[in-house]
Amino acid sequence: MIDSALIGAALWPALVNGLTMGAIYALIALGLTLIYGVLHIINFAHGSLLMVALYAVLVLFERLGIDPYAALVVVVPGMFGIGYVLQRFVINPARHGRDENTLLVTLGLSIVIENLASHFFKTDTRQIETAYTFMMVDLAGAVISMPRLLAFAGALASCLALAVLMRSTDLGRAIRAVAREAQGARVVGIDVDHVFAMSFAIGLACLGAAACFLLPTYYVSPQVGHGFVLIAFTVVVLGGMGSFTGSLVGGLLVGVIESLGGLLLGESLGQIGVFVIFIVILLFRPAGLFGQRT
Amino acid sequence: MHTPAPIGRTPAAADAPPAVVHLLGGTRRSIRLLGLIGMALACAPLVVRSEFHLTFMTLALYSTLLGSAWNILGGFGGQYSFGHAVFFGLGAYTGAILQVHAGLPAWTGLLAGSAIGGAAGAALGAISFRYGLRGSYFALVTLAMAEVFRIIANSVPFTGAGVGMMIELRSGPADLQFESRQGYYYFALALALVALAVSSWVRHSRFGAALAAVRDNEDAARALGIDATRIKVAATALSGSLMAAGGVFYLQYFHYIDPMLVFGPAVSVEALLGPIVGGLGTVLGPLIGAFALALVSQVATQALGQAPALSMALYGVILIVMVTFLPRGLGRLRLRRGRHA
Amino acid sequence: MLELKDVSKRFGGLAAVDSVSLVLQEGRIGALIGPNGAGKTTCFGLMSGFIRPDQGQVVFCGRDITGWPAHQVSREGLVRTFQIVQPFTGQSVLENIAVGAQRRRSRGAAIAFAAEVAARVGLGEELAKPAESLPIAGRKRLELARALAAEPRLLLLDEVLAGLNPAEIAEVVPLIESIRAGGTTVLMIEHVMQAVMSLADEVWVLAHGSLIAAGTPEAVTRDPAVIEAYLGPGAAARLAQPT
Ligand SMILES: Nc1ncnc2c1ncn2[C@@H]1O[C@H](COP(=O)(O)OP(=O)(O)OP(=O)(O)O)[C@@H](O)[C@H]1O
Ligand SMILES: [Mg+2]
Repeated sequence: MIDSALIGAALWPALVNGLTMGAIYALIALGLTLIYGVLHIINFAHGSLLMVALYAVLVLFERLGIDPYAALVVVVPGMFGIGYVLQRFVINPARHGRDENTLLVTLGLSIVIENLASHFFKTDTRQIETAYTFMMVDLAGAVISMPRLLAFAGALASCLALAVLMRSTDLGRAIRAVAREAQGARVVGIDVDHVFAMSFAIGLACLGAAACFLLPTYYVSPQVGHGFVLIAFTVVVLGGMGSFTGSLVGGLLVGVIESLGGLLLGESLGQIGVFVIFIVILLFRPAGLFGQRT
Repeated sequence: MHTPAPIGRTPAAADAPPAVVHLLGGTRRSIRLLGLIGMALACAPLVVRSEFHLTFMTLALYSTLLGSAWNILGGFGGQYSFGHAVFFGLGAYTGAILQVHAGLPAWTGLLAGSAIGGAAGAALGAISFRYGLRGSYFALVTLAMAEVFRIIANSVPFTGAGVGMMIELRSGPADLQFESRQGYYYFALALALVALAVSSWVRHSRFGAALAAVRDNEDAARALGIDATRIKVAATALSGSLMAAGGVFYLQYFHYIDPMLVFGPAVSVEALLGPIVGGLGTVLGPLIGAFALALVSQVATQALGQAPALSMALYGVILIVMVTFLPRGLGRLRLRRGRHA
Repeated sequence: MLELKDVSKRFGGLAAVDSVSLVLQEGRIGALIGPNGAGKTTCFGLMSGFIRPDQGQVVFCGRDITGWPAHQVSREGLVRTFQIVQPFTGQSVLENIAVGAQRRRSRGAAIAFAAEVAARVGLGEELAKPAESLPIAGRKRLELARALAAEPRLLLLDEVLAGLNPAEIAEVVPLIESIRAGGTTVLMIEHVMQAVMSLADEVWVLAHGSLIAAGTPEAVTRDPAVIEAYLGPGAAARLAQPT
């Protein structure tokens, strides 16, 4: 069969492509899973906030000529600050002890953000073109763009940085203490509300980093978050809610599944694979592939 | 202090405690109120002459239908769906396919669409609740379902894929298309009243009491013999069927659908926003919410000019403000105070 | 009426209930006692279908109900209450009880019957109040009333007297007696020994998941194994020594 031969030849490039995209997914999902693991809330606005970060990178590049990778030093702290304020002054006050309220408020946030973006940036997709946009690298037969490879490395490095932050800093220890036992942490004198807001802020900082790595090979539009929000949730449930390693592996896995799905089923139907996995995992293994079943 | 009353003495209506009389009278009060509202709305076109205002009310009633549908599962059942567009889209596409490919009249689409919406609700409910999905997870699964259907509708030929479907213009009550604004107004009113009547039934029936019990404490409900899964599945089916009717209305009103319009997240948001604004788990909440939101978006359009994105953003703000400051909704402000005074 | 045959349930490494067997005759009041964490509530969960046993059988009125879902067990006439009260929050006392009553009744009849049951347990004046506004004693009564409204053949009461003051206990004890007199078999978990002594026909003592004694209240309280389970090893001998 000529068809299967073609697919065979395309398999390796698709795999490489999937892995590079998967690393970005992992970074985005890491932010989401950190927020879930500590605050036990689902941040539905995660995709829209990624979109905000992408526009920030775009504007910095177009208006001020700042290189996307250099923009890291602006966008990451910027997203961090936004995250802190949002959690402390918008999301937390709405909770009233019900998880569904958080879901609704973050849904509200995503509606606001997306529509403001549509208003100010119009609905067209935008891309940037840098000196290295079209540089290509050959990886044992899979030709892949240079920024793609950089994104892969950058995303993995960010994940590593986050792991170090969580393991070896006081903040990281406080976050882990709150994640395990918020009441107990309060008793031993940890400012739990501050830690909550910091966790949310770090979660969004991940989005900032992801945006800087993503934009050189991707695009931005007001709706760009849609695709990412469900994918990030899929990664998170696949890896087990709140699990770091799970998110990393899950991210790479979803990247590969998506890429192979596109190869086998075609561009448009290929996306279904991810959602079907999402639904099936939630139904049959809600603790994720790597989590304990309760 | 308390002397146990001998069992077996049925309280006659006259000497029954006021709380019993009040609870027993709920159905009758509700029917009377809905009757009055229905009559007032039916007479409205006699007073409201401008096309603009009649359109406004038609769309608010259509929104009431979507809100009531969502409210049956989300408000009375406590299961928040973020993907009610699934049912809406199935209804709309069923109607369109029957008319375009089978040449059947539109009313068959309304019936078949509602039936399919109900069946889809039962199926979605069965797989979700059978596996103990709840809270935020249920919301996410419904959202993913809507996305799956959007992608399918985008990819298969008989839905016209990304191009969408257009129905023939044929006016006449049997085709559920109307030449006058009044026609659509009464069509929307009829559907909204059905949805409100169903809500009222849910509120006061045995089924509704079981549903509320499951919402408020599932374990306690099971201990009292309520099949929690079955009740939630039934609520999803009912909700899905009404939502699908909303999809058919959309089709008949705009004559055109595409995957993003009917399976996209905007529809799901419209369905949940009304009840949250008006009052979750109340019969009139979706009606109050729909009219309040329609009014707000009118005012916004007038203040901000034609900027649809900004009015949508305003919806988001309203959602945040409602959940933060008025989680019980507008409709309960007065009622609640009255009840505990 | 109810029979447990060699029923076990483990949570991870912990044997919460360890091959327990017991038979409760119809028309009697049984009591399940034991120190904290002995596995009593878990036993109720196993009987009522909330927890599936790892091993063993639950037989109710001659029917093997092992593995039945909770609602079906309840419909069969075996109704439990919860140690940590589980009201339908946001609903009135009357609405709460009516849910219990509506199994075999229309909504209207259920409401009327609920009012009767409320009066019987002493909640007749609180019908319109939201359930969560009741004090703890009231919530315990509500828990009882709701189960009673379901007209069980066997009623499982999990510490309905806990948290009540002596005056309140003195009101509820005759109520439980009257429930039995009305033809309902009762099995209760209770720490209030005075109530166990006056109500129970038969007592089972559970410690670390195993049954360590069974018999009349008098016999059981004299059993050295029971005293040791409550007071620690050697306690029986110390108590027996003349001081
Ligand atoms: N769902 C569960 N998961 C894990 N362990 C459990 C679970 N339920 C109960 N246990 C454990 O099983 C043991 C028995 O618990 P159970 O609640 O049955 O005791 P009990 O006799 O009712 O105690 P108490 O008098 O305090 O109510 C305890 O050690 C408890 O921690
Ligand atoms: Mg217990």
